[in-house]
Amino acid sequence: MSDETVNMTPVIETGRPEKGSGGAWVFWTVLFAATWALSTWSFALYKALDARWIIRFPARFALNLDTWITDAVNWLVEDLSFGLFTFRDTTRFLAAIIEAPYDIVRALLIDGFQSGQGQQAVEMFPPLSWLAVIAVMVALARYARDWSLAALVGGCFAYLAIFGQWESAMITLASVLIAVPIGGVGGLLLGVASYRSDRFERALRPVLDLMQTVPVFAYLVPILVLFGFGPVAALIATVIYAMPPMVRNTTVALQSVPEEVIEAGRMMGCGERQLMWKVLIPTALPSIMVGVNQVIMLTLNMVIIASMIGAGGLGYDVLTALRRLDIGGGIEAGVAIVVMAIALDRLSQAFAERRLRPLPDPSLPLHRRHPLATGTLAVVVLTTLSGFFVDGLRTYPEALTVTTGDFWATGIEWINVNFFDAIDAAKNLLLTWVMLPVKQFFSGIPWFWGIAVVGLAAGRLGGWKLGLMAAAMMAFIAASGLWGKAMTTVYLTTVAVFLASLIGIPLGIWAGQNARANSILGAIIDTLQTLPSFVYLIPVVMLFRVGDFSALIAMVLYALAPAVRYAAHGIRSIDPELIEAGRVSGCTRRQMLRRIRVPLAAPSLLLGLNQTIMLALSMLVITALVGTRDLGQEVYIALTKANVGQGLVAGISVAFIAIIADRVVNALARSTRERLGIK
Amino acid sequence: MSSEVLLDCKGVWKLYGADLQTFLTRHANAPSDQDLADHNIIGAVRGVDVAIRKGEIFVIMGLSGSGKSTLVRCLSRLIEPNAGTIGYEGRDLLAMSDAELIEVRRRKMGMVFQHFALLPHLTVLQNVAFPLEVQGVDRKRRETDAMRMIETVGLSGREGNYPRQLSGGQQQRVGIARSLVTNPELWFLDEPFSALDPLIRREMQDEFIRLQSMLRKTIVFITHDFDEAIRLADRIAVLKDGRIEQTATPEELMTNPATPYVAEFTRHVDRAKVVRLQSIMTPFTGDGPWSGALPGKLTVAETVAQIDAGEHPFQVLDDAGKPVGMVSARQAIDVMIGRPAQ
Ligand SMILES: Nc1ncnc2c1ncn2[C@@H]1O[C@H](COP(=O)(O)OP(=O)(O)O)[C@@H](O)[C@H]1O
Ligand SMILES: [Mg+2]
Repeated sequence: MSDETVNMTPVIETGRPEKGSGGAWVFWTVLFAATWALSTWSFALYKALDARWIIRFPARFALNLDTWITDAVNWLVEDLSFGLFTFRDTTRFLAAIIEAPYDIVRALLIDGFQSGQGQQAVEMFPPLSWLAVIAVMVALARYARDWSLAALVGGCFAYLAIFGQWESAMITLASVLIAVPIGGVGGLLLGVASYRSDRFERALRPVLDLMQTVPVFAYLVPILVLFGFGPVAALIATVIYAMPPMVRNTTVALQSVPEEVIEAGRMMGCGERQLMWKVLIPTALPSIMVGVNQVIMLTLNMVIIASMIGAGGLGYDVLTALRRLDIGGGIEAGVAIVVMAIALDRLSQAFAERRLRPLPDPSLPLHRRHPLATGTLAVVVLTTLSGFFVDGLRTYPEALTVTTGDFWATGIEWINVNFFDAIDAAKNLLLTWVMLPVKQFFSGIPWFWGIAVVGLAAGRLGGWKLGLMAAAMMAFIAASGLWGKAMTTVYLTTVAVFLASLIGIPLGIWAGQNARANSILGAIIDTLQTLPSFVYLIPVVMLFRVGDFSALIAMVLYALAPAVRYAAHGIRSIDPELIEAGRVSGCTRRQMLRRIRVPLAAPSLLLGLNQTIMLALSMLVITALVGTRDLGQEVYIALTKANVGQGLVAGISVAFIAIIADRVVNALARSTRERLGIK
Repeated sequence: MSSEVLLDCKGVWKLYGADLQTFLTRHANAPSDQDLADHNIIGAVRGVDVAIRKGEIFVIMGLSGSGKSTLVRCLSRLIEPNAGTIGYEGRDLLAMSDAELIEVRRRKMGMVFQHFALLPHLTVLQNVAFPLEVQGVDRKRRETDAMRMIETVGLSGREGNYPRQLSGGQQQRVGIARSLVTNPELWFLDEPFSALDPLIRREMQDEFIRLQSMLRKTIVFITHDFDEAIRLADRIAVLKDGRIEQTATPEELMTNPATPYVAEFTRHVDRAKVVRLQSIMTPFTGDGPWSGALPGKLTVAETVAQIDAGEHPFQVLDDAGKPVGMVSARQAIDVMIGRPAQ
């Protein structure tokens, strides 16, 4: 029996476009052909008609939003006064509130407590010994799970000491210890508020959307202007970046508390506050802790970016190394961030999954009831006090540190020497045959047609409201004079998403059908996702130098994870009965894949695509550092010039592109789901 | 059993849909099923009257989706009805302020849930003590009370466990202990045994009967299982599509179903297990000889072997132990084999 004669089951039929698919085909072909034609001949058209407005947005209609914003912020900072105090005072006050605890934590971890100023400062109390910090981490891991996690976490922190990263790592840890509680508690409270009030949630949702899609660089600028260069500004930016998922997570966690549990609380006579704090939040706590884990990971993701506006520590080390093209130093500090991210990720995950243990017998003495806590306290006190006398207990002895910088530098150099030709050939191949043609296509599209085509496509897929919104957003970009850079953004994102899907989806499909592949790929993907986005840049720059190509590779690597993950998930969550039905009707393996698994996994694939686009865009902004000429660069320039308006407008433009992509892909996923009858 | 009414619910409606208040006013608080369908409104509870008497086990029985949960939540005001009145000890439950309602729930009401609704982060002891904690009772006293309740439901030794370490039946015992720890007089149970395996369910029903014989609560018990209803109830209300088809004792339901729908349920039930001697006895004549005397409350199934073994009829006694009727082997066997009585 040949492939084609197999009976099609109803499942397979629903996998195909239904009525009107002929019309759809014509629509998309015409749209594409027109775009292609205009893109190819727009320049010729402009020459022939001498109509410059075809390729440039007319200056007469330009929107000068950026200057307005800059002026407004300047007025805020310089002139606004509330009578008794000025706006400036308010920001200073806020900064002081954050700075005080930060200074204490920093003193505790690394600086020690001093009295007096500058040169005359006398040490009152030493910082915690490095051994004490490791002991606390080990004890936390043991408390949250078991000794093997304790060994992992202890090993990670020991690594930081042995490989000479301790001081920077503690500075980074100090900002994590401040940012995470603020982000966690703030997110929890906002999440509770939006659980309680629908109105509040509706008001908050677009703000969160923007916070998550506007690239970080864009709001670094106003923060820099308002709070000045320094750790406080960095902390504020970090909190803004890390908090939104906590808010969402809290709301969803509270909403998924079973109705019966709430009713039980009411029937036992709980008041509103008791219901929230004694019933709802404790019941939802494991899911809420997942949000805390995300806050931690996003905080670490920010360390390098935050160091642009004054955070020190590992992030700062990476940044300076990148700027100096110091291969060894960059990788060394980058690896230290990764090590720390892995330790804190596993630790916070263990807390989220922690199972409650029976309470200890209250008749035992304290040190028997809580051996871990008392033991750790003893180690902390002993090592720290001995730090007064023994230097090696205070800070890890320098003589015993190992540096890997040279190792990395030689390694990279060796690769560059031996594989230069191969790397260069691959680079040129991709550049000539993929990147340049796509770039020419996108940058040739005249702005007016670009607005129209995005509106038409979005409208066709998601209804006229979406179409109008998308067109308006594109018009905003054009009117802000950012059309060219936006098209570079779109071109890089498109190529990156295409490549990431090309690699990621087959891997995901494989993992979805094969348990072994799944466990191996799962572990790799998990680790990739713990890496701060910035870290991807380091090896890429070392190998491929600066430019679009490096940016592209970093984006593909960073955006790969969701493509794999969602594809695997989609394949795995297909109803096994449908697979059996396919098998019974005699499908071969290939047919099963092509006609049953992939069509049924389509909604999940689309969600993965959505995530891939979002990650690629967020990485793209960071790649401005390696010299792309897109919206990311615009934001980065604004940052270096502290130009609030320019940064925000470019940032909002990136957010608009992200929002359009998000809504369109979601509309596509929704219609696919409806067609397949999956909820 | 006294016949004093504790919870009196009249003309209660609970609808889901748009613009309910205008809809109800337009139809004078008595829309027909057709009206509901025309306006796309779901009638979860439709004009229900029930009067729950002190000390009785009142079972609300109906198939899934018939509105049982909604009704019992209206009775405890977890859900606000759209129309109707609910009187509790002569007070208007629906007019109570939040503070009053909290007070009533803390002192007078307890509720058991189908899926247990235990708090996962608390031990058995802490779960059972939770209602007292909410009231601000000090730790020592609430733990003593909770321990006593845990003992009553047969979970001693498990007080340090967390809910997930217990089986379904044990978890529901915790739920029961928790709902009784404040010593409420009105006890709601929403399908408390439906999530359990049949054997465990049976065991829990026995446990429930034992508890009630000790505690004498006023009980509103929800179930979709007609056998369970018959086994436990003093009176049963049969619910269908949000309306009450019939409210009666199990025996009346069996012998006198009001609608074909109710009759359909009774058809497959063993009558002998429901019908009591006092309803098949013939008037007491006073002259013997007798083979013995039996309480009229016993069912035919419980006594048929004894009656059959006796040579003569048995006297039937009322609650006070006074002979009020007599029953012969023939009468008992008629019920057993479903032969019409002569
Ligand atoms: N919040 C709600 N919104 C809409 N319909 C509901 C809601 N709650 C219950 N219903 C409907 O009311 C009817 C009765 O539900 P319920 O009281 O849960 O039934 P039971 O407990 O007897 O299974 C069902 O048809 C259900 O779909
Ligand atoms: Mg129910």
